[in-house]
Amino acid sequence: MAQSAVLRVSLYDKPKASGRWLRVGLIALAVLGLGLFLVLPLVAVFASALQAGFGPYFAAIIEPEAWAALRLSLTAAAIAVPLNLVFGLAAAWAVTRYEFRGKQLLVTLIDLPFAVSPVISGLIYVLLFGAQGWLGPWLAEHDWQVIFAVPGIVLATLFVTVPFVARELIPLMQAQGADEEEAARLLGAGGWQILWRITLPKIRWGLAYGVILSNARAMGEFGAVSVVSGHIRGLTNTLPLHVEILYNEYNSVAAFACASLLAILALFTLGLKELAAYKLRTSRAGDES
Amino acid sequence: MSISIHQLAKRFGGFTALDGLSLDFPAGELTALLGPSGCGKTTLLRIIAGLEQPDSGTVEFHGEDATARDARERGVGFVFQHFALFRHMTVYENVAFGLTVKPRAERPSKAQIRDKVFALLKLVHLDWLADRYPSELSGGQRQRVALARALAVEPKVLLLDEPFSALDAKVRKELRRWLRQLHDELHVTTIFVTHDQDEALEVADRIVLMNQGRIEQIGTPAQVYDTPASPFVLNFLGHVNRFELRAGQARALGGLGIAAPANEDGPATVYARPHELELNITGQGIPTTLRRARLAGGQAIVELARSDEDQLIEATLPREHFLALNIIQGSTVYVRPSNPWVFLGDGI
Repeated sequence: MAQSAVLRVSLYDKPKASGRWLRVGLIALAVLGLGLFLVLPLVAVFASALQAGFGPYFAAIIEPEAWAALRLSLTAAAIAVPLNLVFGLAAAWAVTRYEFRGKQLLVTLIDLPFAVSPVISGLIYVLLFGAQGWLGPWLAEHDWQVIFAVPGIVLATLFVTVPFVARELIPLMQAQGADEEEAARLLGAGGWQILWRITLPKIRWGLAYGVILSNARAMGEFGAVSVVSGHIRGLTNTLPLHVEILYNEYNSVAAFACASLLAILALFTLGLKELAAYKLRTSRAGDES
Repeated sequence: MSISIHQLAKRFGGFTALDGLSLDFPAGELTALLGPSGCGKTTLLRIIAGLEQPDSGTVEFHGEDATARDARERGVGFVFQHFALFRHMTVYENVAFGLTVKPRAERPSKAQIRDKVFALLKLVHLDWLADRYPSELSGGQRQRVALARALAVEPKVLLLDEPFSALDAKVRKELRRWLRQLHDELHVTTIFVTHDQDEALEVADRIVLMNQGRIEQIGTPAQVYDTPASPFVLNFLGHVNRFELRAGQARALGGLGIAAPANEDGPATVYARPHELELNITGQGIPTTLRRARLAGGQAIVELARSDEDQLIEATLPREHFLALNIIQGSTVYVRPSNPWVFLGDGI
């Protein structure tokens, strides 16, 4: 009896003590890692951007080529994100509401951009639409330029951002089921009425979350866009590409100033994303009660 | 509105949900589709609603072929098993939905919609909850909102899929009675799906018993209970004791006080409900040993082990009758079915 009591004490106390150290250790490691790899670089970006004071900082930002790059980044995102929204919604709808041949293939294809290196996807577009590419001669005939022009940048951005909305919506719509849509149909609602009044309100925060993620990726994309852009200043440079050029020219104040713009966009997106995630959680919790 | 279905068949992959079903639902009746899970009853309900398409066969509404008609044009009210209330709308908006999606020409005015929704909410005793969201309601309240929402479009048919299964026992009982009363007031043709025989027996005018995509029996609750068409029906409508009689033994039926069937020597199965067994200590019937007896209120529930075979028999009898027998655990008791069901053939 006494022995078992001793045994119990040692069994229960030891993990407690080591558990605490484990906990403290892991938290410290996580905080250290975060600080070293995320917070420090972020601070460094702003510090380097402002090393010569606010004057050169703003000068670098309002410089026409920087503006053009920002405009192009926003344009690419403004085209790619809505298209993604429509595609993601359609794909999630098809996957969760219908049974059809090749459904699993579709789900796998949606994930393809996650698996393929962005540079490769850029190269594929060059291969397809470039001057020496399959469709190159035909495009040249019709005087359409895709590679080294805005359409190529939009295409590359689209490719890398395809999975975000669909990936977010498929599990959500699977969990919610189709009962409410069926109920609405039986009450006489048409397809558009069901979409606007039942489905979209049900999935709005999941959709918002996916859109925000895909927007963040669209504005930050470097690899795929770099291959198709051709780096023509003021014409086909997106903000990330512009940062690289400035940096290669040893213009570090301007490079970091533009990088800080991207960082601010990222922080803003992060805030929006958290808001959407919070709303998504609370709306889900509401369903379960 | 009457509904009739003809030769309805539906398969899901290798699973046959409906196997050539034909059936009439007379206007104004409350019919229960009763059967074990997987028997096809929910599929049948969803085909009538237009939510599934049959592989073959037709559905007629009031004598008109409605098989190809879209769900939104069938004019059916449907209550889902888990209610399917619109989670982002208040109770009021849920009930009003069917009216607000009508084409502009048919849509009632705002004031008319308001009057109608409140009349319906009063009918289901929920007018005081109009501004709540579904997540703030109890199961029974959600159920009643779902019913009010379905009734708002004045359906000619009301379909309910396991309407009480998501509720706890006490609420279930109350709502059953209430649904029956509501049906008596409204007289709309109603079909409800259930796997609970008590529910079907208590609420329905007519019961359709289904098994493996086929109809086993159709009749009033009294008919299916008193004259079960098959061992399946008998088994499904409550606990029964089963006595196997092998070839040659059928003569023993005489000994049990049962009129022997035509082919006396063939195998047969005899069923008897627990309350339809007579217990005696004078040697008439099957010899058994008393295993256990429980007095539950006015009833005695008795467990008997057959002496000749390895089988337990359950019998229920009035408390006084049991006490008058004056038996204890281990006593020998003889059992005789007072109202036996004899089905000929082997292994039914």
